[in-house]
Amino acid sequence: MNDSAAPKPIVSIQNMSKRFAGAVTAVDQVSLDIGAGEFFALLGPSGCGKTTLLRMIAGFETPTEGALLIDGQDMSQVPPNRRPVNMVFQSYAVFPHMSVFDNVAYGLKVARTKGSEIRPRVEEALELVKLGGYGARKPDQLSGGQRQRVALARALVKRPKVLLLDEPLSALDAKLREAMQMELVRLQHSVGITFIIVTHDQSEALSMANRIAVMEGGKVRQVAPPSELYERPSSRFVADFIGKINLFEAKPLGQSGAALELEVPALGRIAVPFSGDPAKVAWVAVRPEKLRLLRQPPEDGSLVFPGTVAEVAYYGETSHVLVSGPNGHGMTVNLHNGTQETPSTLAPGDSLCCSWAPEDTLLLAD
Amino acid sequence: MESWRRNPLFFWIVGLPPTLWLVLFFLVPLGLIWLFSFSDKRGIIDIELTWTLANYARSLEWLYLEIFLKSFWMAGATTVIALLVGFPIAFAISFAPPKAKPWLLLLIILPFWTNLLIRTYALIAVLRSRGFVNFGLEWLWDQGNWVLSLAGLGGYQLLGERFEPLELLYNNFAVVFGLVYVFLPFMVLPLYAALDRLDRSYIEASLDLGAGQLRSFFSVVVPMAKAGVVSGVIITFIPALGSFLQSDLLGGPDSQIIANVIERQFKSANDWPYGAALSFILMYLTFFALALRAVLSRGNRDAEGL
Repeated sequence: MNDSAAPKPIVSIQNMSKRFAGAVTAVDQVSLDIGAGEFFALLGPSGCGKTTLLRMIAGFETPTEGALLIDGQDMSQVPPNRRPVNMVFQSYAVFPHMSVFDNVAYGLKVARTKGSEIRPRVEEALELVKLGGYGARKPDQLSGGQRQRVALARALVKRPKVLLLDEPLSALDAKLREAMQMELVRLQHSVGITFIIVTHDQSEALSMANRIAVMEGGKVRQVAPPSELYERPSSRFVADFIGKINLFEAKPLGQSGAALELEVPALGRIAVPFSGDPAKVAWVAVRPEKLRLLRQPPEDGSLVFPGTVAEVAYYGETSHVLVSGPNGHGMTVNLHNGTQETPSTLAPGDSLCCSWAPEDTLLLAD
Repeated sequence: MESWRRNPLFFWIVGLPPTLWLVLFFLVPLGLIWLFSFSDKRGIIDIELTWTLANYARSLEWLYLEIFLKSFWMAGATTVIALLVGFPIAFAISFAPPKAKPWLLLLIILPFWTNLLIRTYALIAVLRSRGFVNFGLEWLWDQGNWVLSLAGLGGYQLLGERFEPLELLYNNFAVVFGLVYVFLPFMVLPLYAALDRLDRSYIEASLDLGAGQLRSFFSVVVPMAKAGVVSGVIITFIPALGSFLQSDLLGGPDSQIIANVIERQFKSANDWPYGAALSFILMYLTFFALALRAVLSRGNRDAEGL
C-alpha cells in the first residue's frame, strides 16, 4: 500500500470491516489514511463496498470491526449529526418543501448559528456554487445540475473537515458531468476541504482525484495517484478496471540481470525489465496506446506481435484497431488519428506488426 | 394510454359498467334525496314535491346548528387524535424490517374483518364501570394498597376508602374513543403510504447536517408526509362526521350528533324530507370545509416560497 499521504491524516480508517446480516461482507479489513486537503476517490465496480465505506465514515453504517478516526478523534461513539463531515447524496436529497435558501441555511439553523451570521454565510455558499440569487427558488424549479449545486452548498456551508460525495455525477448527462468534474476540482482548491468521492467511473476518478483507492469485493486492491494507478497497476484487476488493456497469460522462467524472462504463449519467449517478486507474475499486459503499428518488424529490441487487421473502429480522434495474431490471440491498438489520412491507411486483412518498448510492458499478479 | 383513447370500443367496454353503476346507484338516489329535501310530508308514506324551503329553514334553527357544531367538533377531535396516534404507528411500520411490514399492516387492517356493530359492542365491555379498563385499575388499586400495607401505611387509606370505577362509558369521551378506534386504520394507511415512499436519504441528509432525530422528524419527515396527512385527515373526518353508531351505543344523553338526528328522521321520526335537507346541509358543509382546506394550503405554499 502507498504511504504518500500527508503526515497527519484527517481520516484514518483502521482494519475496518462491515458484515451485513446474512454474512455478506461489504467491506473487508480496509485500512486507509487520507490526508488533509486531499481529493480522494474510492473507485470500484458496483457492489465493491465503496459506498458502504463512505457511509461508515458519515456514520450511517456501524462498522462490524475496526476503528475510524477523523482529525485524530475516535468516531465509534459519535452519531452522524455530531461528526465533522458532510455528505452530498447520490439523489442530492435537497428538501423539496424548503426554498434553496432554507435548504442551505438548515444546517446552520440546526447548529444554532447566530441569526445575523446565517444570511451572509448562505449567500456566500450559494455564490461559491454559482447559484447567487437563486435563494428564493423551490427545488422543483431547478434543473438536476442546479439541485446538485444546492446539495454542495448545503454541505459546504457547514465548513466540514471532510466532504463526502456519493456518486455525485451519475445522474447528470455527459456534457454536464464533464463541466461538473472541473467545477468540483476548482471548488476543492478554493475551499481547501478534504473531498472523498465514491465513483464507479474510472475517468471521473482519474481526472479529479489526486489519490485513488481501487476496491473490489470489499477489499482495497491498490491506493495510488492516478498516473501511477494507470501506468503501474499492481494487479490484473486494477489494470483491467482502469482503462483498456491487452492481457496475456505468462509464465516466469527466471531472472537474467535486470530483466525477467517469461514464456508467453501469445508472444513467445520475452525478456522484460523487472525488479519484483517473479513468483507473483501471472500476466503480461500492454496498454493499447503504447503500441505502434508497423509494416516490417523493427530491429531496435522492441517487442513484437505479428498479425492481420481484423477490424478498425473509428472514434474520431482515435481509431481502435483489432489485430488478430497467431493461435487466436488478439491485440487492440489505439491509433491516434494525427492526420486526416491516418484512418484510411488501414484495412481489414492487412498484415503488420504491433510493437512496443519492453519497458512499457506490465507484469501483473492475479 | 393514448392508444386506449383511440380505441372507442375498448373505452366503452371498460368505461360503461362503472358509469352505469355510478348513475344508477349514486347519482339517481342522490337526486331523489335532493328532491325530497324540497318536499312536504303528506302522510305516513306520501311525499309531495312542493319546492318548499321549510325543511332547510327548520335545519337552521339554533338547536340543530348546535348539533352541527358539536358534530364537527367531535369529528375534528377524532381526526386530531387519530392523527397523533396514527402518525407514530405509520412511521414505525414504514421503518420496520421488510419481512415484518405486511404482518404489521395486517394487524392494522384486521379489525375491518369483524363487524362494526360487534366491535362497538366490544368497546362497551371494555369501558363500562365493570369493564376491563376498570378491572385493570382496580387491580392496580389493590396492589397499591398491598404495597402501602407492607410499608406500614395500611391503616391510613391513602388511596381512598374503596375503589371508585371511572365513568368511561355513555359520554362524549366514549364516542370519540369509539370513533378513533374505528377510523384509525383510515388514518394509518395513507400516512404509511406517504412515509414508505419517503426517500430515506432525506432523513440521512437532515442528520448529516447536524439535526437530531426529533428535529429531523418534525422538520423533514412530517412536512414531507403532508400529502398523506391531508388524505388521512379527509378520509377520517368525513366518515367520522357521518357515523351515528358510536354516539348511539357509546354516547350519553348529550352525545347526539347530526348523524343521529338524520338517522332518526329516516327511521323512527319518519320525516324523510327533513332528513334529506339535513343530509344536504351536512354535505354542503363538508364541501365547504374541503374547499377551505384547499384555499388555506394554497396560501401556505405561497408563503413558503417567499
